[in-house]
Amino acid sequence: MRIVPFIISALVATGLIIVLNLQLPVGGNKTPRLGYFLSPQIGFWQNAESVNTNYNNDIKLTGLESKVEVYIDDRLVPHIYADQENDAYYVQGYLHAKFRLWQMEFQTHLAGGRVSEIFGKERLYVDRFFRRLGMVYGAENTQEYVEKNNPEMKSSIEAYAKGVNAYISSLKPEQIPFEYKLLDYQPEAWSAKKTYLFQMFMSYDLTGRGASTDLQMTNAKNYFGYQDFNQLFSNIKDSLDPIIPKGTVYAKPSINPIMPKDVDSAYLNNNAPNTTATAPFIPNKNNGSNNWAVAGSKTKSGRPILCNDPHLGLNMPSLWYELQITTPTHSTYGASFPGSPAVIIGFNDSIAWGVTNAGRDVLDYYEMKFKDSSKQEYWYNGAWKKATTRKEVIKVKDSADQVEDIAMTVFGPVMYDNMYKNSSTEGKYLALRWTAHEASKGLLPFYLLNRARNYDDYLVAISNWYNTGQNFVFASKTGDIAIKQQAAFVARWSRQGDFIMPGIDSSYAWQGMIPTEENPMIKNPIRGFVSSANQESTDTSYPYYLGAGSNFPIYRGIIINRMLTAMNAITPTDMQLLQMNNYHVFAEMARPVLLKYLSKASLNAEEKKYVDILANWNLNADINEKGATVFNAIWDSTEAAIYKDEFAAAKLNLGWPDDPILLESLLRDSAYTFIDNIGTSNKMETIDDVVLEGLKKAVTKLAALEKENKLEWGKFKDTKVVHWLKIPALSRMHLPIGGGRHMINATTEDHGPSWRMIVHLTDEIEAYCVYPGGQNGNPGSKYYDTFIDSWANGKYYQILFLKKEDAPKHKKVKWLMTFTQA
Amino acid sequence: MKFFSSIILTAILAYALGLYTTLPWWGFAITSFVVALRIHQTPFKSFLSGFLGLFLLWVVLATIIDINNEHILATKVAQILPLGGSYMAVIGLTGLLGGLVSGFASLAASYSRKA
Repeated sequence: MRIVPFIISALVATGLIIVLNLQLPVGGNKTPRLGYFLSPQIGFWQNAESVNTNYNNDIKLTGLESKVEVYIDDRLVPHIYADQENDAYYVQGYLHAKFRLWQMEFQTHLAGGRVSEIFGKERLYVDRFFRRLGMVYGAENTQEYVEKNNPEMKSSIEAYAKGVNAYISSLKPEQIPFEYKLLDYQPEAWSAKKTYLFQMFMSYDLTGRGASTDLQMTNAKNYFGYQDFNQLFSNIKDSLDPIIPKGTVYAKPSINPIMPKDVDSAYLNNNAPNTTATAPFIPNKNNGSNNWAVAGSKTKSGRPILCNDPHLGLNMPSLWYELQITTPTHSTYGASFPGSPAVIIGFNDSIAWGVTNAGRDVLDYYEMKFKDSSKQEYWYNGAWKKATTRKEVIKVKDSADQVEDIAMTVFGPVMYDNMYKNSSTEGKYLALRWTAHEASKGLLPFYLLNRARNYDDYLVAISNWYNTGQNFVFASKTGDIAIKQQAAFVARWSRQGDFIMPGIDSSYAWQGMIPTEENPMIKNPIRGFVSSANQESTDTSYPYYLGAGSNFPIYRGIIINRMLTAMNAITPTDMQLLQMNNYHVFAEMARPVLLKYLSKASLNAEEKKYVDILANWNLNADINEKGATVFNAIWDSTEAAIYKDEFAAAKLNLGWPDDPILLESLLRDSAYTFIDNIGTSNKMETIDDVVLEGLKKAVTKLAALEKENKLEWGKFKDTKVVHWLKIPALSRMHLPIGGGRHMINATTEDHGPSWRMIVHLTDEIEAYCVYPGGQNGNPGSKYYDTFIDSWANGKYYQILFLKKEDAPKHKKVKWLMTFTQA
Repeated sequence: MKFFSSIILTAILAYALGLYTTLPWWGFAITSFVVALRIHQTPFKSFLSGFLGLFLLWVVLATIIDINNEHILATKVAQILPLGGSYMAVIGLTGLLGGLVSGFASLAASYSRKA
């Protein structure tokens, strides 16, 4: 034995193994364990699916009541045929897991404040935020309620969980999804609780902005004073076209919320020295959606057509998974959430439904007065009241646990306190009241919609929807169309909850929830269509306060209603074109204002060139339109010229006023107060000055863009669909698609229509859909991004809504999976 | 002859290990060591046959998977690692890492024998 060379070579071999078995730090990230990751027999290669994968399979599992057949079509959409309701959800769980396991677990880890378990302490701020926001608390409350009161829902969610777990336990180590191997962790068992956490995730995405905007608005109100604030963040919008047509007469309200007597001194004009925390991140402002239904009177066939495109973050794998579920009680098709049973947006053989976000304020802050920093007692209605404490333990990879002790008050959890603050909170105790915390019936409305046969069923189904306001659009084969804004909405007095409210007594507490019969709704209107696009649901004659105007974008609603009013003999193709419509109605209204003031200015050749592009633009934000980019740049720079001086001086986190407020202020009054630059004491700027200043700044930017060959709207906007981990290689970048904010095709850089659906309620339902993703969440599958190019190009797939007897012989059906009891 | 048979034996045993056991990815270091212990060769040849056994096995396995996958995933991994988006580079790196671990295990085995 040659000791020295033996030792050296043995050390080298061992050393190599050790190094290749470690996650190495590279530029702030960590590599996978390379030896493991690259091993063809267990590493990532095992996720590189053959492009000719055969999905036929006979699967034997425990927990099924009877046989389930799943026919899978050429787009990898499963058509589930089950004899038992729970079996259908069991198999849905299995299929979600098979195609989307990593994403399901990741999203619920995010919602449950558990990503530090994967990423370590760098992401602790994410988990702390979600725990303190009460995400787990809300999920537990709803789970407890549903398990006590809704046995059908409980057993569906449990059957679904069993299906997910059946798949997870069938996995061999080499079969775990790619992302687990990349980040080096293992899937854990699924549980019913995760379905409730997922629902909190959606509640956060759709209504969680309030957790930040209420703080920003409080900052703005305190800084500017209520009078100026009210002008800057006015709730008045002249051009609003509400969901329920103007002039509708509303019944007398059953609740008359009483404004506290000290509202001026203690609330609106309480310009306490600042103030407030801001969240480390915030749901996208553009989270919204379009939906509409046209009656038979406006369609070529004489039958209704229903359309929906929810605008959410564009992620891969997609938030949506398409499927058909057929049982003896119902046959339903549509988009489901990996993580939840049933179909969320879709249709069955009688009706179709869709949702948009209502934007109503369902989240408020109360400032609490605690006896001391131990947070044991707080002052309420003239006495010290005991607070309970909720312990949230956050596990952190390679570090000690982080424990959050959250004081619980009559209003809810104290989100911000002496332990969770930033430079601007300094010891303020802010309790959060959010409808998402409160026990609700969870997914029951969707469970019932899946089975609804007519308008009455639809109304009953959605009356169970509590947490986050949604506009539920409806159409039936029998010719009814309807839309209703539904949730448990707080009966508010004007401006209640727009800012942090005093929490020392009950005078600012919620005084009641609006009964569901008084929620805005409309059925079979004479105009022949119903629609919503996140705008205010009613005009000001509705007896309840809807919430701050900045929650409601108005321009998509205007153009949708204008187009639908003009259209007749509508076909599904017309509806496809409408969903892809890039007409910029906001620019239509704002461009004349810009051009009016620019026409008076003396411009140099370059400035004139861009102004001409703007003037000659056709107002469509199509991919090749330079005018859209020019408009965008000039408007943004003008807005900055008007507001930046005032807002920058505040040195606070303040949200800027929204586009309609600025535009309508300029239309109403060319001497808008905020036009003057407060940085120039000896000069009073006029609107001509600021628009010209805006143009000059914009020209610098535009010239730079033109040099890079990025003046065309599509190139400038540069839409992408991004993997949850923000890894470009797993994302689809540089997609050629027009549209944007304020347009029906609301596709921005990384946000937009996450599911487009058109349902024509003919005898045999004719439906179309597309979403930016693919059915298989595995980046190694050819079905990972199948639909993205079609989505970008405005192409739709005709949906196969198959009767069981037709499925086996249909030419587009490629595979059959059968599930039987082991 | 010894050279080729040790390459093939190294590869076959490593493959079988991956197929029939749940040992970690580096389990083949043990079989490569045993092969080099049993088949007497010079240290250089031991290293080379150990290296080539795993290099060829992993390259062949990865290539078959990659062709069936039409390079979809390897191309993405080649951007993540980063290897300039070249699936060939990922296959090469796969073979190289497997080969090196196996080669040094074989080399150690060769030195552990009486000269």
